[in-house]
Amino acid sequence: MLSYTLKRLLQAIPTLLIVITISFFLMRIAPGGPFDGERQLPPEIEANLEAAYHLDEPLPMQYLRYMGNLLQGDFGPSFKYKDFSVSELILQGFPVSLEIGGLAILLALLLGLPLGVIAAIRRNSAIDYAVMGTALAGIAIPNFVIAPILALVFGVLLAWLPAGGWNGGAWPNLVLPVIALSIQQIAYIARMMRASMIEVLGSHYIRTARAKGLSESQVILRHAIRPALLPVTSYLGPAIAGIITGSVVIEQIFGIPGIGRYFVQGALNRDYTLVMGTVVFYGALIVLMNLLVDLAYSALDPQIRYD
Amino acid sequence: MADKLLEIDNLSVDFQLPTGSVSAVKGVSFDIRPGETLALVGESGSGKSVSSTAAMRLLPELATTSGAIRFKGEDLLQATPRRMRRIRGNAISMIFQEPMTSLNPLHRIGAQIAEVLARHKGTKGRAARGKVIELLEQVGIPEPARRIDSYPYELSGGQRQRVMIAMALACEPELLIADEPTTALDVTVQAQILALLKDLQARYGMAILFITHDLSVVRHFADRVCVMRRGELLESGETAEVFANPCHDYTRMLIDADPHGHKEPVADDVPVLLEARDVRVRFPIKKRLFRDSEYFEAVRGIDLTLRRGQTVGVVGESGSGKSTLGRALLRLLDSQGDIRFDETDLARLDTGGMRPLRAKMQVVFQDPYGSLSPRMTVGEVISEGLRVHHPEFNRHQREAQVIEALKEVALDPAMRNRYPHEFSGGQRQRIAIARALVLKPQFLLLDEPTSALDRSVQVTVIDLLRDLQRRHDLTYLFISHDLSVVRALADTVLVMKEGRVVERGPTEAIFADPQEAYTRELMRAAFIDAAA
Repeated sequence: MLSYTLKRLLQAIPTLLIVITISFFLMRIAPGGPFDGERQLPPEIEANLEAAYHLDEPLPMQYLRYMGNLLQGDFGPSFKYKDFSVSELILQGFPVSLEIGGLAILLALLLGLPLGVIAAIRRNSAIDYAVMGTALAGIAIPNFVIAPILALVFGVLLAWLPAGGWNGGAWPNLVLPVIALSIQQIAYIARMMRASMIEVLGSHYIRTARAKGLSESQVILRHAIRPALLPVTSYLGPAIAGIITGSVVIEQIFGIPGIGRYFVQGALNRDYTLVMGTVVFYGALIVLMNLLVDLAYSALDPQIRYD
Repeated sequence: MADKLLEIDNLSVDFQLPTGSVSAVKGVSFDIRPGETLALVGESGSGKSVSSTAAMRLLPELATTSGAIRFKGEDLLQATPRRMRRIRGNAISMIFQEPMTSLNPLHRIGAQIAEVLARHKGTKGRAARGKVIELLEQVGIPEPARRIDSYPYELSGGQRQRVMIAMALACEPELLIADEPTTALDVTVQAQILALLKDLQARYGMAILFITHDLSVVRHFADRVCVMRRGELLESGETAEVFANPCHDYTRMLIDADPHGHKEPVADDVPVLLEARDVRVRFPIKKRLFRDSEYFEAVRGIDLTLRRGQTVGVVGESGSGKSTLGRALLRLLDSQGDIRFDETDLARLDTGGMRPLRAKMQVVFQDPYGSLSPRMTVGEVISEGLRVHHPEFNRHQREAQVIEALKEVALDPAMRNRYPHEFSGGQRQRIAIARALVLKPQFLLLDEPTSALDRSVQVTVIDLLRDLQRRHDLTYLFISHDLSVVRALADTVLVMKEGRVVERGPTEAIFADPQEAYTRELMRAAFIDAAA
């Protein structure tokens, strides 16, 4: 298990290297630079600024310099938030993003799994059609459409909840972003759980369980749910990635000071170091989450042992 | 009524499908007395499994049942679900055909057996564990105290079936329903499981309802036999009586369904078509970065000579390496050793060099359901090889070849525009043979081509293969675990065990006087009735 974990962590290095390299050069290909403003800076000042941030060096040189700093754990200074280093911004934003993202995943599982199970048990009933129809809509409507609608209906028209803002993480401010972030995942998880439950319920060992004289609820709780969870578990990796990318949009729409918002603003401002920092951070997070999911999988399925 | 344990009275089962109602069982009646063994025999679609599953009330909801199923006088069809749950696994228990998948893969076997004890007897904890170990011991699981904590994937198919039996016996049932319990197992394991059931029956005094497609299995196992076909009960009676004087033609056919005939060996001066020397195949089990990888040797140095028109039968249990050998000879797998086909050294050829030879060496696989693409019509399946090997043919020429190939295997050429799912297992196997034949091969690898088929269908496919061989001077390598089929078709037999040939020789000699203990064991298990 330990050697497997170490091997996976080693494998993550080339993955991250590719992610970093591609995003580094893509950022530089994009037109404009960090110091382009409404008002043209005097050429001397711009030259001085560029020299200060080593932007006057040839690109490969800059790349090597960035990689060198990264190896020492230095994400560099932010170009736009001049008093902050990128690390400081990420450390500031991450607890906020983690709270929203974690709650969204939790909500997705707490709602998606039972809905899927119920739909599978009551297959082809009104409940099944209602759940699956709603789930289809949840998948089809992108979160950047759902978020403003939620804000408009519950924030503005009904005025039950704040339409945006963070307010130090007070719970009314959390509700709408978490729902907007999780709807798509609830829908995916419910659909997967339903399909996987239906398959398991048709399997031979469920027939055996029934032939033992177990009640239907015992059959489902003891014999069906755990095997049905396996495919859903392997989906959790992509689900977490989906929540992370979704949070980039959601944080922007609801004005939440998480990493996602820094990422968007960094990209718009050509804040090279900030964008690179968030990319590296996100990349490492997704790799780590996938590893955790795979380890969780082996805890569920005795046949899978990593060594 | 005391003399009848289970009484099935005018039972009918219909399935309400979207396409209409299908009746699977039509007014069937039979009964079982305490402690006796009743065999319910029939081929696929006869309704035998549906009848027994109905007795447990485990049919899917779209099935409607009429008639009566009385267990000790109580009509189970009228029983409440709660009452049924008290009976299932307790007074009536069941074992199934699929030992590999009938146990929950995520639970330890001990826990799965203990669950029945907790459910019906309230036995838990240490007492339950002790009882489970005792049960595992009774069904012949070695080291039961250690095995109790195994997961199903750590056991072989035969062992899993033993665990299923232990589970079924946990509450000492009065009736055990065994639905094809040995069909998925090797012959030697089948014989062991049957002996175990007989032994346990004597110990527990339970009745057994034994469901099977293979009449010969029950000859010395069942007290009485019921023969079913297409949902109807054709005949029933004492086993000896039914075997001696079958009333119905169908029963006679089932009794007589072992394939007949034998093949004359080819002369020693007939030219050699395929010659293999010291063939070895190994699969990596564990790949290591810096050390040598660990390998499993599936085929361990086999020599083989096939003369034109010869049929070499390869027999052995699952895992003996017989399919691997076949695939290696066709270069469908990497192997070591020399393989010469028609004077060409196959080892020297790359993928492109092999291609012209592929037309001459064709293969028919076991699974007629899985080996035909469901998205292609039969005509497309058959003509695909022609597109590769005869690109010069135009559409009409290909069509003519397909029609001819379908005629060869006695299928109506008009069927070529249909899809595989519209055909029965036997028809599909004919399609697979036509697909191979259309390329005018010299050599056919037949990998268990009849194993998935009902006995009565098997016979016709064997006749077809024999006929095609005669007409086209084909050479066969016939792989099978079914000795009676090999006996009818092969002129030379190779007995494989653990990747090696343990015995080889002319079919008649091997069957008449097997030299090796392993071969004798295989024969004894395969021809139970002959030995008993």
